[in-house]
Amino acid sequence: MTTHDRMLQASLSRRQVMIGAAGLSLALAGVAPAGAAVIAAEKAGQALTPWVSIAADGTITILSAATEMGQGSMTSLPLVIAEELDADWDKVKIVPAPTLEKIYGNPGFGGMMYTAGSNAVTSYYKNLRLFGAQARRVLLINAAQMLGVPESELTTEPSVVMHAKSGRKLSYGEIAAKAEVPAEAPPVLPEDLKKPAQFRLIGRDVMRAELPRKVNGSAQYSIDVQVPGMLYGAVVRAPVEGAKPETFDETKVMAVKGAVKAVALPWGVGVVAETPWAAFAARREIETSVTWSRDGKAWGFDSDKGLETFAKAALDPNATATDWFKLGDVRAEMPKAAATFEAEYLCDYAYHAQMEPLNGVASVSPAGDAAEIWCGTQSQTMAVEATAKALGIAREKVTLHDTLIGGGFGRRGPRDMDFLVDAVMLSKAAGKPVKSMWTREDDVRNGRLRPLSAHHLKAGFDAAGKLTAWQHRLVGDRVTPFIDPVRYNAAGKKDFILMLGADAKGYDVAHQLVEQVYEDTGVRTAPLRGIGFTANKFATETFVDEIANRQGIDPVQYRLALLAKTPRAQQVMQRVAQMADWGRRRDGTALGAAYIDYSGTQIATIVEIALDRRAGKITMRNVWCAIDCGVAVQPDNVVAQTESSIVYGIGLALTERISIKNGAVEQSNFYDYVVSRNSDVPPMHVEVIVTDNHPTGVGQMATPTITPAVGNALMAMTGVRLRHAPFTEERVKKALG
Amino acid sequence: MAIAFTINGKAATTDAPADTPLLWVIREGLKLTGTKFGCGAGLCGACMVHIDGKRAYSCQTQVSDVNGKAVTTIEGLSVDSSHPVQKAWLAERVPQCGYCQSGQIMSAADLLKQNPKPTRDEIVEHMSTNICRCGTYQRIVRAVERAAREG
Repeated sequence: MTTHDRMLQASLSRRQVMIGAAGLSLALAGVAPAGAAVIAAEKAGQALTPWVSIAADGTITILSAATEMGQGSMTSLPLVIAEELDADWDKVKIVPAPTLEKIYGNPGFGGMMYTAGSNAVTSYYKNLRLFGAQARRVLLINAAQMLGVPESELTTEPSVVMHAKSGRKLSYGEIAAKAEVPAEAPPVLPEDLKKPAQFRLIGRDVMRAELPRKVNGSAQYSIDVQVPGMLYGAVVRAPVEGAKPETFDETKVMAVKGAVKAVALPWGVGVVAETPWAAFAARREIETSVTWSRDGKAWGFDSDKGLETFAKAALDPNATATDWFKLGDVRAEMPKAAATFEAEYLCDYAYHAQMEPLNGVASVSPAGDAAEIWCGTQSQTMAVEATAKALGIAREKVTLHDTLIGGGFGRRGPRDMDFLVDAVMLSKAAGKPVKSMWTREDDVRNGRLRPLSAHHLKAGFDAAGKLTAWQHRLVGDRVTPFIDPVRYNAAGKKDFILMLGADAKGYDVAHQLVEQVYEDTGVRTAPLRGIGFTANKFATETFVDEIANRQGIDPVQYRLALLAKTPRAQQVMQRVAQMADWGRRRDGTALGAAYIDYSGTQIATIVEIALDRRAGKITMRNVWCAIDCGVAVQPDNVVAQTESSIVYGIGLALTERISIKNGAVEQSNFYDYVVSRNSDVPPMHVEVIVTDNHPTGVGQMATPTITPAVGNALMAMTGVRLRHAPFTEERVKKALG
Repeated sequence: MAIAFTINGKAATTDAPADTPLLWVIREGLKLTGTKFGCGAGLCGACMVHIDGKRAYSCQTQVSDVNGKAVTTIEGLSVDSSHPVQKAWLAERVPQCGYCQSGQIMSAADLLKQNPKPTRDEIVEHMSTNICRCGTYQRIVRAVERAAREG
């Protein structure tokens, strides 16, 4: 028995099948790690919530474990179950799963319910196929009994079991109405799963489940939730993490008509009011009068000066660094190199700018011993646990209603759920349900940012000019220990959100070393779409371009040579070069390329830019992108997600920057934090290269390719290399001289 | 004195202060939550509605300014998602997170009312009032073109 088979058996032995009053319900628990509670519940015959229920009328209810923030998982995950179940998709109803990690936890995040890292399909895919196949077998076993024929003579068409010999058939609803659970778990082996050629749903686009609600205003986000008797809350949070409110003018706050209560919190001052306009008016009175303690590390920090310090540390061989990634032996090989080349890159803080300002709704019981919460969260687990922690109660006392999310991009999954606990604490103080809303200005100033970073790269070449050694020293503001100490510790104190993407993955470089110089400015940070890849691939993919330029080799040809041992990578690079007609000289525009391997997804991008030299303004003319994510569960959604991540990347490349003065964010709304608009976005040409490999992520993979590709294009056009992202007009003008 | 206007063809009144943004009266008073709060400053277009048939930022409109006027929100654009723009939005699978899309659709409907056959440049210019952080812009343009074509 192979390891894979053993895992499969372990998974199936923990299955649970139930007969529900209205049909057949199947709770197929088995997501790693082993769930003792599930096994115990199973032995006791206790009903757990199922993955799949089939009603007598044929309706198939499938639970969706991932939260939906626009990436399409609410459709893609149930569709994977439906595929192996051979369900008629028109009869499928999708329902968000309750917060039960033992059943619905994400295997990619240690069983926590957490939707991030573009990994929902990747991590759930195998188990969901097995669950779907197992549910199908339960139907087949029952149908065999009902028809008095051997199971082996039965086949399925969507939602129908067929007996070809007799021409008889039974619908799934008819079977479910009378089904019995087999005493033995019906085994399902990998060879029992469909072959890709047999797929009816995977690889064919269906209408995303929630899309019709998103064109008529009925889609409900947490900011839309209204609970009877609800009050409205607003909170002025400290400008610096850790600072506490000292004084504020409570009289002025309470003089606002409709203000109900002012609430001092450890992290700020809140107000509860009868209407949202009263809450925001009272919020202004807090803002103009509140004073803060000097607790917190970031006071006095200035990001321009801080970046200079980072840059010095990146060049200082004596700075204390730890090894993040090692391949071969750079320390032995670099000194032997026939030639070396070094370069530095800098990257600013950036803000998520999800369109729905952060908010939460909470109804805490009068005694403070239970809570109901409504939240658009990337992690149901964290939302429940943060609420329980804030109230000092058991997590079983917290009921979560997770809603659609008006943009996540990494901001809606912090361990402390800052935006939700505002509502929880205000509800507790007011003794009533409270909807707490951040203004856009709150959202920017309380931003948890893509970190500031400085990068020093060094390449070593042998006598023939072959790249043999790669060293990347990264000085960056810490992210993982701030945003999620639990996962940081579980990962052995590795700051993976900052560091991922700093190596030369995909490229054939025998000796690689990535070092981290740890910095903690006290500034709030978070994963932001593309995480470490956005800064790190700006550095590495610009560096590769510089090496190609120095060697006088075409940058695409140079990459193809470095990718000689990774055919899937070569294919996306070759394809995108064809799509862009890379070899053709343009009049007045220029092309730049980038390639990355992002969690297994292969992606290559070429951009075409134009330049207004006087203004320093770069304009995007075209973006071509080839992506191989293995099995494309929903191909049009792969295209949509790639377009989306390109647009996000354009903003990060050209305009999006947060600066910090005296520890606080300087920007406040869309006039000084400039994101891409319709007029900033060029035609995007995306090609999905479908392979039979295990599906990998698509939600953010193009984002990190844009900044290096744009910089490489500007180099091709002007001979000037941009080393500090984003490439604001001021910086471009200065670089051009 | 109460402010009176019509919303999606029905009479409405509010006793909110005159300077209250129309947005909050629509969302929390009238409980029509399809109109969204995005920036509160007329920068993102998530709050776009029609006032007397023309688009307007409801976050920048004082409720007293709509006294006696007709307000249309996404919920009133059609009763059954049958407005050509809504149909085109689904056909082109525009929405991702969806939060900005009510505003986008209201802007697009306004454009086609004024200019039934807009050029691509006119579409891009008109729609650049509305931010979509999921970057669905290319599909927005395609959907407006489709709505203009299919009517």
